[in-house]
Amino acid sequence: MAIHYDVKLDTLGLFCPMPIIKTSKKIKELAVGQVLEVVSDDEGIKKDMPAWCETTGHAFLGLEEEPNGSAIHYKTYVKKTK
Amino acid sequence: MTTTKLDPQVALAELQESKPQRVTLVVLSGEMDRVMAAFIIATGAAAMGMQVTMFFTFWGLNAIRREGMRGGAKDWLRRMFGYLNKGGADSLPLSRFHFWGLGTRMMKLVMKQNRMPGIAELREMALDLGVRFIACTTTLGLMGITKDTLIDEVDQFAGVSTYLAEARESQVNLFI
Repeated sequence: MAIHYDVKLDTLGLFCPMPIIKTSKKIKELAVGQVLEVVSDDEGIKKDMPAWCETTGHAFLGLEEEPNGSAIHYKTYVKKTK
Repeated sequence: MTTTKLDPQVALAELQESKPQRVTLVVLSGEMDRVMAAFIIATGAAAMGMQVTMFFTFWGLNAIRREGMRGGAKDWLRRMFGYLNKGGADSLPLSRFHFWGLGTRMMKLVMKQNRMPGIAELREMALDLGVRFIACTTTLGLMGITKDTLIDEVDQFAGVSTYLAEARESQVNLFI
């Protein structure tokens, strides 16, 4: 089941800490209650995004893994809470 | 500054609520890999809403010297030291496998191929995210590095008390 999102952020090809830094900047552009989809091919995002949400207070909605050739695209969903 | 007539207790609670967590990093090493780790932690922490201060001392100062800067000291001993100790984000060697520059160049090439940010870009990003840079005055003098050869973004020039005053308020404190 696909999670509904309002804004998409592509961080494909970027390594730690870039996806998190880009997320922290992008989330500022959203309105409270909107959902951000962050796409990454760095496996670390699976743990890093929930950790980022826990620290910043935004809601982590879930993760989807989408095989793409030899790589996996990790899609994480964050809901802006404040 | 807010000048509203709030109940002091409420205001204090609010302040404690919004008080960001603090991270203090001492960067003593001047090797590319270690400095890179320091900047990755700093930028990551800043992206998580934490307030980050980096203290640069000894070889770590090379990471905040302007590119290719050599010394600047007046007396010949320290001037020579400063001359041998080349500074700049792009001039840092690897802690292992440097191989007179060849290993470091290979590592940089791999990083570039993988679109990984280098030291200069990470440093820029850290500043952009509000990370504060403090340079240790004692080691600046000791190593024959003058203030004018450092990057302009250095926030403060200070010593151990400044570091400790910040570190005791920090939840994360690392020595790299």
